[in-house]
Amino acid sequence: MAAPVGFFTDTTLCIGCKACEVACKEWNGLPDNPLVFRDSYDNTGQLDHANWRHVRFIEQTTKNADKPIAWSMMSDVCKHCANASCLEVCPTNAIVRTEFDTVFIQQDVCNGCRDCISACPYGVIGFNSNTGTAQKCTFCYDRLQNNLKPACATACPTQSIKFGPLDEMRQTAATRLATLHAQGMSEARIYGEQEYGGLHALFLLTDKPETYSLPSTESAVLPSRNNIPGYLGAAVTAVVAAVAGLIAFRRRGETQP
Amino acid sequence: MPGEHFVVAPGWAWYILLYFFFAGISGGAFVIGTMLRLFGSAADKAASRLAFIISFPLLLLCPILLTLDLGQPLRFWHMLIDVKTGTPAFKVYSPISLGSWGLTIFGLFAFVMFLAAVGEGGYLRWRVLAGAGRVMSSTLGKAFMVIGAIFGFFVAAYTGVLLAVSNQPVWSDTWTLGGLFLASGLSGAAASILLLSRRRREAAATEGKLMEADRYFIILELVLIALFLITIGGVVSKVLGGGWILLWLVVLIGTLVPLIGEFRPALVRQLPPAVLPVLVLVGVLALRAVIIFSAQA
Repeated sequence: MAAPVGFFTDTTLCIGCKACEVACKEWNGLPDNPLVFRDSYDNTGQLDHANWRHVRFIEQTTKNADKPIAWSMMSDVCKHCANASCLEVCPTNAIVRTEFDTVFIQQDVCNGCRDCISACPYGVIGFNSNTGTAQKCTFCYDRLQNNLKPACATACPTQSIKFGPLDEMRQTAATRLATLHAQGMSEARIYGEQEYGGLHALFLLTDKPETYSLPSTESAVLPSRNNIPGYLGAAVTAVVAAVAGLIAFRRRGETQP
Repeated sequence: MPGEHFVVAPGWAWYILLYFFFAGISGGAFVIGTMLRLFGSAADKAASRLAFIISFPLLLLCPILLTLDLGQPLRFWHMLIDVKTGTPAFKVYSPISLGSWGLTIFGLFAFVMFLAAVGEGGYLRWRVLAGAGRVMSSTLGKAFMVIGAIFGFFVAAYTGVLLAVSNQPVWSDTWTLGGLFLASGLSGAAASILLLSRRRREAAATEGKLMEADRYFIILELVLIALFLITIGGVVSKVLGGGWILLWLVVLIGTLVPLIGEFRPALVRQLPPAVLPVLVLVGVLALRAVIIFSAQA
């Protein structure tokens, strides 16, 4: 098996140029987005079947009177979770883990049940009504197999998106965090070290995860957490219903069937 | 909040709503048919037959609806067979996977009991069905029904667990949906049998028992609705807000009016007899609709 790979996206370096989005679409042959004017430079909107990279423009008010509005930008992508919610619920085994430890949807196996969409806590997966399948970032699986960097990381002009062996990315992230902390940016933090068993897409954030539409570490829970309580609740209901049936349907001095 | 996620809705709509509705009633009808055989008297045989006779055709609708909902309907069999290995695709953590197998196995039980009921009732005079009544009353027949009823419980309930095993707000914030769909499925099944038994004189003998059972199932359903609303906590406004309150009103009418009618028959004496069971069925559908649609809005 090849070494696990990872992205490290440093949001402090992102300038919102969307080169990653364009490179991703170009390499993967994804359709363009319909022209929609939003109240933001973010006219991609969200990750979905046709957008596997999405540069979020997060507008926040500041206490600085000269600069009342601040932008945080983050190039979002599938996190390729170590414990992936989508992979856990997929009934057809269409979603698999590759030799690079990434999460991949086999298009010839997926039957479009969309359970993975309801499971992904990052809203990454979209349903392509043309192919009838679920689609998301493949981590440029075809490029990885040919020893090439993913298209987005190759195109990023500011090195905001870094790619490499996962351990190396973790080390790079830790070093960068230490540098920012030394410079007084105490709010900087790394996202993705603990969530879902460790993500293959690490992010350096300058605010709490929810600001970037990322669930907090405490909220990063798997769908399977509800299996036992759900079935147990149903089993208790079944027992109560059986007792109710016994009371309602019991023989009352009638002949036995 | 139990888990703040940033999910996208899966776009489960009408096919899934109808599937959940028919699965609940089919599973519930099989369970009621079995309980009538086990606990009831000879006079309840006709109602029990009716329960088995409606269970199988309603179950047949389920895979059709599920398949129509798929993006790639011709790949429906990928739910059961891993196409890469040729081995059974069985994932214990995935309720859709378990449910696909549950539906298939329950289908076998529902089909056999459908034939047995048709044979016992004399609706089909095939030689192979001649001894159906004797077999149904035997220990083996009863054991078969009990095992089938376990799968019936599962088919009626797992759809709720399927919703819960996700990261969608509302669905994943509660453990109650499996039990709630089971209770309402049983209530809908009792109402369906009641509705049909009024057209068959021999089954009308069980009417009182079915009404009593429905009363208990509705009470169970109301308790679980309360638990559902309590357990979803912070996202309760998503389910009760906006126009969804109208669907909840339909749910309340479909539970409280039949309940009041069964406790105080004088209050509903003026209504045609079919009204209360129909209200129950509309309530069962509305309950599933409000839970499926509001969480995805």
